[in-house]
Amino acid sequence: MTKIRVEQRILNANDQLAAVNRKRLDAADVFSLNLMASPGAGKTSLIERMMPGLKHDLRVGVVDGDIATSIDAERAMQAGAVAVQINTGGQCHLDAVLLKQGLDRLPLKDIDLLLVENVGNLVCPVNFQLGTHVNVLIASVPEGDDKPYKYPGMYRGIDVLLINKIDLLPYIPFRMDYFRRGVEILNPGLTIFPVSCHTGEGLADWMTWVQRRLAAGVGIGVHE
Amino acid sequence: MHELGVARSLLAAVQENVPKGIDARVTDIYLKIGRLSSVVDESLQFYWAILASETICEEARLHFERVPAEMACRDCGEMYSLVGDLEACPKCGSWQVFVVSGDQLQLDYIEIERIEERLLT
Repeated sequence: MTKIRVEQRILNANDQLAAVNRKRLDAADVFSLNLMASPGAGKTSLIERMMPGLKHDLRVGVVDGDIATSIDAERAMQAGAVAVQINTGGQCHLDAVLLKQGLDRLPLKDIDLLLVENVGNLVCPVNFQLGTHVNVLIASVPEGDDKPYKYPGMYRGIDVLLINKIDLLPYIPFRMDYFRRGVEILNPGLTIFPVSCHTGEGLADWMTWVQRRLAAGVGIGVHE
Repeated sequence: MHELGVARSLLAAVQENVPKGIDARVTDIYLKIGRLSSVVDESLQFYWAILASETICEEARLHFERVPAEMACRDCGEMYSLVGDLEACPKCGSWQVFVVSGDQLQLDYIEIERIEERLLT
């Protein structure tokens, strides 16, 4: 009987391919965000809202992951991005293999900013690194204020957080301090942007943050 | 969590760590799963049994070590283990606490048996 010490992440095979994706993005000078959220929280709306402020200065690419349809890739293209749709055929998250397929289909040398819209899911996506630079979670007010407590893995695995649909705060019993407390316990110091894709509130600060990160040319790097 | 994908990755990781060129079977696989990581042992076991069949891992037993999340309190400095859901500092009751660790999804070590060893026992 021989004991072999491994001490490796179980998902190491995916991590290794993610690292290859990352090298490829860096070589093409593409800064990338992995947008994660529950279905309906506002991933596609955020992309649509970001495009007018970006498209004159930056070339934006989108990889959209969904179980079915190309609805979201079409919305991204309508908004002015070059977009490809990945249909996962049932897999509930994107992974490094699928992102590679998306990268293969995009003209990376003609893109400055890549927005990857992950499959709507608060559980699995955060465990499967893609090779993107920044993990973004879009929480939303109607989902409720207890989500950090219920989905600790997701909240720990992100680099920045948006809370969308703040225009609904007068109508929904969402305790912002309870929500923020959960976030702070799991991911101390996490930057949070309260926004409304519907009214536009708060988006200017988010856009500034993205543009600064892009100009700096680096991701935050906490989860590498 | 997508246990099928995890099982697939696990099989690849184990096979990669068995030295090449020797005739061996994997007998035991030791996993470290943090409290805050979302893996269901039984589901992983289920998919593992399917994927490992007809490989050198066919008879390997999975061992799950569930590791609690480690917490620290900013107010009183207490460090404590979290086995259930997020809770306030057990010493001073403050909610100014934070997670130190708890996401592990780790293949810790494996045990293999050379085929000749098996024939001798």
